[in-house]
Amino acid sequence: MLQALLQAIVGGLMTGSQLALPAIGFTAIFAVLRYPSFAVAAYMTVGAFAAVFANTHFGAGVAVCALVAAVAAGVVGVATEHTVLSPLRPAGALTVAIGSIALNLVLENVVRFFFGNDMRGFDMPILPDMRVAGLRVGAQQLQNLALAVVVMAAVFVFLRFSRFGRAMRAVADNGDLARLKGIDPKLISAFAIALGAALAGIGGALLGMDTSIDPLTGYRVLLSVFAAAVLGGLGSIPGAVVGALVIGVAEEVSLLVVPTTYRGAIAFFAILVMLSFRPRGLLGERAT
Amino acid sequence: MLSYVLFTLTIGGIYALLALSLNLVWGMTGMVNLGLAGFFAVGAYASAIATGAGAPVVVGWAVAIAAGVVAGLVITFATLRLRDDYLAIVTLGFGEVVRLIALNERWLTKGADGISGIPAPLKSTLGQAGFPLFYLVLVSLIVLLLWWALRRLDHSPYGRTLKAIREDQELARFAGKPVLRFKYEAFAVAAAIAALAGALYAHFQSYVSPDHFQPLITIYIFLAVTAGGVGRPLGAVLGAYAVVIFLEATRFMAEVLPGLQAVQLAAVREMLVGVALLVVLLLKPSGLLPERIAPALRP
Repeated sequence: MLQALLQAIVGGLMTGSQLALPAIGFTAIFAVLRYPSFAVAAYMTVGAFAAVFANTHFGAGVAVCALVAAVAAGVVGVATEHTVLSPLRPAGALTVAIGSIALNLVLENVVRFFFGNDMRGFDMPILPDMRVAGLRVGAQQLQNLALAVVVMAAVFVFLRFSRFGRAMRAVADNGDLARLKGIDPKLISAFAIALGAALAGIGGALLGMDTSIDPLTGYRVLLSVFAAAVLGGLGSIPGAVVGALVIGVAEEVSLLVVPTTYRGAIAFFAILVMLSFRPRGLLGERAT
Repeated sequence: MLSYVLFTLTIGGIYALLALSLNLVWGMTGMVNLGLAGFFAVGAYASAIATGAGAPVVVGWAVAIAAGVVAGLVITFATLRLRDDYLAIVTLGFGEVVRLIALNERWLTKGADGISGIPAPLKSTLGQAGFPLFYLVLVSLIVLLLWWALRRLDHSPYGRTLKAIREDQELARFAGKPVLRFKYEAFAVAAAIAALAGALYAHFQSYVSPDHFQPLITIYIFLAVTAGGVGRPLGAVLGAYAVVIFLEATRFMAEVLPGLQAVQLAAVREMLVGVALLVVLLLKPSGLLPERIAPALRP
């Protein structure tokens, strides 16, 4: 029993690390642009398909695949934000959120149109699972974990120390004040969406390496991504990482007692419980 | 052909009820409900299960309405105090979870097989020919009744308070309105309407399964309400019929676009729905029948 529990926790941390990147993306978009982006699901799917394409057609390795996913999703994110979503901003955040749902539907079906509904996978050598202290650890997952950690570290360093990162945090903190200080909100918004969509894209690609992909790859985990961001506190980037790990572990541990098909429901109940007792999340600031 | 028209108009009426529900929540009060398909499912399953246990159809519909109210209150309990975007996230989750429960709790919902043999009211006396016409009249009358009631509400002090909350919650609170209570009530009533629509759907089709309640339905209804006119019940109703006609028209797309596979046609169809919603939001956010706001009385 203890063994099973430990195994679930290890597995949970692995899936959690894959959720962390899209969760950071979602929360970064929320922090700067102030709307919950449902299109994060489509950014993940676009990233995953771009990575599989690079892998199966050009034999790209893991790191190159991640880069391709980031670029593809980032470009799609910036282009759609610029043409479709940002004109909706004067109508309010909820209108943009609804626009992002429509955008998600369109992008998902563009992918479906060209690639169909079939499951696709990466053409990579299947790495055997390893055993560490009696626990099973997937080598592919471990590789993904390492990649996720590297990307997250880069994001943290960038946001913490670069001028651009500081400007982004300033806009998230107080948009009006940042504008007074001469920070161009348009540029920062474009950058936030590029970063958010790129991270979602890498997350989608990592998810695809672990399992397989189809046009619903992103949508299927969207609720878990939201749960991670809400648990950590909407708009908090360290919160999104903590939230993703907690959701990953919570999902795997709960699956010891509830059927696997209820995976999506666990994220939902985590959101409900968190909002009932501590709506601002573990590391967030305010929720009202 | 006649039966096809009757069928389409009946589905149009059921979508019109969903649109009235969404208009009450989103158009009038400014709250989002991305779980509309979930409330639709709750009503359909509640009535199917109740009548399956031997209850008369009317009792089944009452059970559906009650289930809708309870679901609406449970969902809003944790979230209405918070910023509006949390409601968006929670309602989206609700829609998914309802479908998961319908898929997995086989003892209650028969899982993916769905519940069949749901009694169609008066079908044995009216026969195969009379029933569709009777049901169309029934659904249309309910649409008419609810449209009339919501229009009354729209012009009443209660409706004006809801719109005040939509425009500026703080101001409404400052004016002494119990904002939270109004929001709970509006959401619960809207959930009940969506659940009633579900019950009507279940007894019309005689069969429900989790596949009938895809999140896509919620997007259809958002398209209906935004295209018809946010905040105006007549706009929501007409928008719903327009969306159903639009969806039916896309069925004939295969003839216009030969050489595409079935999956590609389905993708084009869903894409068109998404594009239509974006176009309406971008070009005519107030819809075809914009809401009318009476000029303020001069003191």
